[in-house]
Amino acid sequence: MSYDAVIIGAGLSGLAAGIRLAYYGKRVCILERHTTIGGLNSFYRLAGRQFDVGLHAMTNFTPKGTRKGPLARILRQLRFRWEDLALSPQVGSQIAFPGVGLSFTNDFELFRSQVHEHFPAEKDGFEKLASAVIDYSDLNEPVAAQSARAMVAGWIKDPLLVDMIFCPLQFYGSAREHDMDFGQFSVMFRSIFLEGLARPWAGVRLILKNLVRRFKLLGGELRLRAGVRQMVTEQGRVARLVLDDGSSIEGQNVLSSAGLVETMRMCGGPSGEAPESGQLSFVETLSVLDEQPSTLGCDRTIIFYNDSDRFHWHRPEELIDVRSGVICCPNNFEYEQPLGEGMVRITALANYDAWRKLSPEEYRAAKQAAYEQINASAVRFVPDYRSRVIADDTFTPTTIKRFTGHDNGAVYGTPQKRRSGTTHLKNLFICGTDQGLVGIVGTMVSGILMANRHVLETSREDEAEIIAASAEI
Amino acid sequence: MSPPEIKEAILDILESIAPDEDVTNVKDDVPLREQLELDSMDFLDIVMELRKRYRVQIPEDDYVQLATINSTVEYLAPLMKDLQKA
Ligand SMILES: Cc1cc2nc3c(=O)[nH]c(=O)nc-3n(C[C@H](O)[C@H](O)[C@H](O)COP(=O)(O)OP(=O)(O)OC[C@H]3O[C@@H](n4cnc5c(N)ncnc54)[C@H](O)[C@@H]3O)c2cc1C
Repeated sequence: MSYDAVIIGAGLSGLAAGIRLAYYGKRVCILERHTTIGGLNSFYRLAGRQFDVGLHAMTNFTPKGTRKGPLARILRQLRFRWEDLALSPQVGSQIAFPGVGLSFTNDFELFRSQVHEHFPAEKDGFEKLASAVIDYSDLNEPVAAQSARAMVAGWIKDPLLVDMIFCPLQFYGSAREHDMDFGQFSVMFRSIFLEGLARPWAGVRLILKNLVRRFKLLGGELRLRAGVRQMVTEQGRVARLVLDDGSSIEGQNVLSSAGLVETMRMCGGPSGEAPESGQLSFVETLSVLDEQPSTLGCDRTIIFYNDSDRFHWHRPEELIDVRSGVICCPNNFEYEQPLGEGMVRITALANYDAWRKLSPEEYRAAKQAAYEQINASAVRFVPDYRSRVIADDTFTPTTIKRFTGHDNGAVYGTPQKRRSGTTHLKNLFICGTDQGLVGIVGTMVSGILMANRHVLETSREDEAEIIAASAEI
Repeated sequence: MSPPEIKEAILDILESIAPDEDVTNVKDDVPLREQLELDSMDFLDIVMELRKRYRVQIPEDDYVQLATINSTVEYLAPLMKDLQKA
């Protein structure tokens, strides 16, 4: 069987790419190793309850009618109506550091006034930072690659404010330890502070189901339990893909959302091709409450917290790092009707290797201990909900690795992104997280961009020319 | 296809690209880029939709012709005159 395009992975980027290609009449097949779709942002059932794997909030929220920005772009490119995603905006979030809290909502003015109020000396610097972020263009590559820490330090002197700004951006999208490049910093700053956070009442499954339905209606083929084991190459191209069961598939083009390093391994890429794997992974705890969180005083949507003098963004030495984390109450969005049950989710940095080395018994105990430590850490920043927990679950870097195949359970992939999407093989392209756009919205944009650029627009060699040509329109 | 039919075809395409827009309000002589804030990806989509629906190929150098509804219709008229309305 031969396809115009084969896509590796039915995560958000693979599905978005698939829709674009199927829409334009390409014969396209998505191969997914797992038994279900969604990848890093899937959903599952446990003891009769539905849980989302990843979703805290969708970033990049803009209200209906907005014509600019990544959300508008996704809707247009995938031919979705705004209503199809059924997004409800956040109630309000906070960055909580020792002695100071900064609130933010989807109205940037609140965040701005909070910064002005708590850091009056940094007012001008913050404005300079905000305008640099607004002016930032992806096409300005020299600026994109610069150290965001160094650039921000040029505007803002107080390291506390610097750390408070970096904390949410790193938790929601930095594959790189310690620092971010200014391009990624700008993209994340816009997506969280200038645009905003939202969630569909029904969770990520609503988005995934809409994507799959659209893909199949357009004639796309989705194969689950169809992992790609190897890509056989001939004359600088992928000749065929060999699946886990030994069967083969051919495609004119291959788009892979499996990760850059992981993809290179499948096709025996030259050593120089594959950068290092990402190191940053998470433990996520989920607690179901017998009450709506707001009734207990947990009324914020997301709280990014840190208890130390400085905020540390690197792989922990130990199993987990409980100094900082993200607390999310999926209940606290402006829904028309409340969610059925209360829920508190917490994300904390974790070390894949430390988890991997544990025996099954040690693992079970460590998971329980991590749940307790993380929640004990979090209740310093929100009212203590722990006596109201009626069910819980915890997943670790090894869970993430097992279900998504990403090395080290690295949620944001490798720090060395492949912006062009191209590889040493002429018909193999990278999409999703390792192309450089992360998060639910980012990775969908990536799938769309790569499908457009490398499959639909193959007659046009140079993207810069297209952009230049259309700038004249 | 006659020029009014071509205009209708373009509005259909715009409607499919931006389902939330009311395309009946689109002005014929104001750049689409301004009115609908279309970006380069959207213009590529218009080109690809024309190719998909009517098999019209538009070379890259001619994208500038797609600035407004009027200029697009004018540009497409000779290319689409022999086509039947879809
Ligand atoms: C705990 C957690 C919380 C998160 N919270 C948020 C949030 O609140 N908001 C947000 O925007 N983002 C969040 N994210 C990030 C978001 O989920 C990801 O950025 C996004 O889902 C990545 O999508 P992707 O398509 O690039 O990759 P993936 O989702 O990893 O998709 C890749 C797919 O490829 C499959 N695959 C891999 N190897 C093979 C192979 N050899 N053959 C076949 N298939 C293969 C995998 O099974 C997977 O399904 C979170 C992630 C996690 C883990």
